[in-house]
Amino acid sequence: MAHGPATLADGWGKYISRWVFTTNHKDIGTLYLWFSFAMFIMGGAFAMIIRAELFQPGMQLIKPEFFNQMTTMHGLVMVFGAIMPAFVGLANWLIPMMIGAPDMALPRMNNLSFWILPFAFAILTSTLFMEGGGPNFGWTFYAPLSTTYAPDTVNYFIFGVHIMGASSIMGSINIIATVMNMRAPGMTYMKMPLFVWTWVITAFLLVAVMPVLAGAVTMMLMDINFGTSFFDAAGGGDPVLFQHVFWFFGHPEVYIIILPAFGVVSQIIPTFSRKPLFGYSSMVYATAAIAFLSFVVWAHHMFTVGMPIAGELYFMYATMLIAVPTGVKVFNWITTMYRGSLTFETPMLFSIAFVILFTFGGFTGMMLSIAAADMQYHDTYFVVAHFHYVMVAGAVFSGTAAVYYWLPKWCGKMYNETMGKVQFWIAFIGFNITFMPQHFLGLAGMPRRYADYGLQFADWNMVSSIGAFMYGGAQILFLFNVIRTIGWGKPTDDPQVWEGAEGLEWTLPTPAPYHTFATPPEVK
Amino acid sequence: MLKRAQALFLSLLSPAIALAMAGGVSAESATRQLNMPQGVTEVSQAAYDIHMIMMWICTVIGIAVFGFMFYVMYAHRKSRGAVAANFHEHHVVELIWTIVPALILIVMAIPATSALLKVYDTENADIDIKVTGYQWKWQYEYIGEGVKFMSELRTSQDEIYGRAPKGEHYLREVTQPLVIPTGKKVRFLITGNDVIHSWWVPDFGVKRDAVPGLFTAAWAKTDVPGTYVGECTELCGIGHAFMPVVVEVKEEAEYNEWLAGKKEEAAIYKSTIGKEWSFDELMVRGEEVYERSCAACHQSDGNGIPGVFPALKDSPIALGAKEGHIAVLIDGVAGTSMQSFADQLSEVDIAAVVHYERNAWGNDVGDITQPVDVLNYKQGQ
Repeated sequence: MAHGPATLADGWGKYISRWVFTTNHKDIGTLYLWFSFAMFIMGGAFAMIIRAELFQPGMQLIKPEFFNQMTTMHGLVMVFGAIMPAFVGLANWLIPMMIGAPDMALPRMNNLSFWILPFAFAILTSTLFMEGGGPNFGWTFYAPLSTTYAPDTVNYFIFGVHIMGASSIMGSINIIATVMNMRAPGMTYMKMPLFVWTWVITAFLLVAVMPVLAGAVTMMLMDINFGTSFFDAAGGGDPVLFQHVFWFFGHPEVYIIILPAFGVVSQIIPTFSRKPLFGYSSMVYATAAIAFLSFVVWAHHMFTVGMPIAGELYFMYATMLIAVPTGVKVFNWITTMYRGSLTFETPMLFSIAFVILFTFGGFTGMMLSIAAADMQYHDTYFVVAHFHYVMVAGAVFSGTAAVYYWLPKWCGKMYNETMGKVQFWIAFIGFNITFMPQHFLGLAGMPRRYADYGLQFADWNMVSSIGAFMYGGAQILFLFNVIRTIGWGKPTDDPQVWEGAEGLEWTLPTPAPYHTFATPPEVK
Repeated sequence: MLKRAQALFLSLLSPAIALAMAGGVSAESATRQLNMPQGVTEVSQAAYDIHMIMMWICTVIGIAVFGFMFYVMYAHRKSRGAVAANFHEHHVVELIWTIVPALILIVMAIPATSALLKVYDTENADIDIKVTGYQWKWQYEYIGEGVKFMSELRTSQDEIYGRAPKGEHYLREVTQPLVIPTGKKVRFLITGNDVIHSWWVPDFGVKRDAVPGLFTAAWAKTDVPGTYVGECTELCGIGHAFMPVVVEVKEEAEYNEWLAGKKEEAAIYKSTIGKEWSFDELMVRGEEVYERSCAACHQSDGNGIPGVFPALKDSPIALGAKEGHIAVLIDGVAGTSMQSFADQLSEVDIAAVVHYERNAWGNDVGDITQPVDVLNYKQGQ
């Protein structure tokens, strides 16, 4: 029988080396999750600074220079530091347990792919304290603002992005290798839980597009330091080329973020409906269709750049198509609930909110796909509202749901249900107060990434800021509830944890032992 | 629970609104516009129409889907004794909810396409205006008329930083608005000089990126005179929020008068370029130009932002030879965000701002820079 992990009782040295050298998928999952939560708090703090400055018209707290660094860092940290690692953490914890594998296929690479991440973000954040300040060109870092006109620290940013990309690629290869090779006997592809399916598809997307991002930042590096002119019109280059390359990465990237969230919700809704997921195979096909479409719609982020009309029409039609597979998913979730036996524990509340708010974000997404209307929406707060509905109410809500759902299995203790529900309602209401008015601001004409605005936008900005502080407060409650659960939660040893839970991970003892499925289970 | 939270929120909000009033935001200016403007051109109307069509379609689908969902959440809850069924597939239903949305999309594509065709109909324009985005202002050139000018934010730094009360047109006012006539098809040829900007006038339904090295076209034709305000919508650096677009639409006769006046102004300016300016005249004008065109980066106190924008106070360039100082403004500094101001500022303005920078904040060089010095440098190139 395998030995257990070092605990604090073995001394600090042993305890620290356990985490630094660990190749255990559960330990690495835990590291990913804590890291992503730390980044979530940091990115959230940046957002609070942004909303505090925008509370009233005029520059009160910070200067435009720092404001631009905050919007840029908020985006980068949330996308690459909080959401993506959070789902990799969940994948690490859950995929082996869901497919009946003892660990990930490539455990040492797993360790490496995590441990380079903190360095990437240390490099990125350290630029805030350097002369010239951090990246200030938006998370989309359009050239030439991010090349000729960028502060010198942009080189640190490029290095950081390279490391994050390497980490993501390694993590993805690991997931693909694990799922292809380590499924328990009888666990055919079409029997895999949907979370595993969505992650495999996500991993393929990541392997395909992360090198494209690396290419984009490498071209920037060459333009800045080695006199090339990829993106410099004066040297025969084209700034629009940057946008094509960036969004060829960037659009699949948003599905990379949302597909695992779909997976999480597809696990949770059946559990609390006490009824199997409706349309399992159509869910799998819809996920694959969304992933395919994500490669062929990138220029809908560039409707105002002056493309020929044929290009505009093609990207408009292709984008509208995404509504079909996405609609299938939403209908499946709701039909799963139909004639179920519903209860509303915290994970279910977050999942239902996910379905409603993500669908709302999908509606605005469909409006944005209409090129002629997008000419008015583009780069306004309408877009900010749209992608926060899909990113926050989509990815973050589902991540929160996942933590509440699997936490008892991980640590063998129950979280405080009342506190979870209070957190949900504060987060849900705060979120909508923050982002619903931003639709109005955008339609009324307020562009995004504005450090200051005209008086006609004052009221809704103030409302939005109040909502943001509320939403921020809910996260503190979340952190408190998680720590309280791990330290002082009510112990439970029910393997099932939830009445309606199905799947291999719920056949394991609670809390899940350090090593699981040393001998593979038989799946019928 | 929800109700209580809402009440809590409202009670939070009321002091906030009171604070806003005290902060100088008048109730009148703080209009709560919720929807896209219909605007005054065919294109903006088309965008509005398709926007409303989409919104209603989404609203109807949303009510149906969420309505069903809320019914399920109410009727099939365990606490009401619901027992779970066990079905998990229904091919006909699944086929229907794949095909029906696809059909709705095809129907939506028809008005969406015709609206886009309208946006792209830039042929046969009566007037061509070149719009160039600079960090952080717009330049308008009436092609073939010899009229060209800069349009910069007029709101003062004092208003922005709360040292003076904010005016009614805070961040919506410029030194010289673009002027176009009613009833004529005006084509905008849009480009960028340094980074990418984006020229947006919501009431015209016109938004086009201003990309260096690329021209994009948009058009407007309206019969409604008035002042229309827009914004820069592509992040372009620290002045992104401070380069509004203001367009005045005038009746044709009034427009012609304005254009003639502009041409005359240019002629008068050319004839007076040799005038000798006094030390103090140049200081006053120089400070004005500096606040408008330089202070965003180099700061009002001349200290710059360390590591990004160099200080002008005690700088070797400001304290060195006059020609070297003029050269920086005319040629820019390659590889940095210091661009050439040769096309952006007149000779008089360049002379004034050089003079100001050499004699402000304790830079007491004491010499005088005349417009003719700038002209000589330009001609010597």
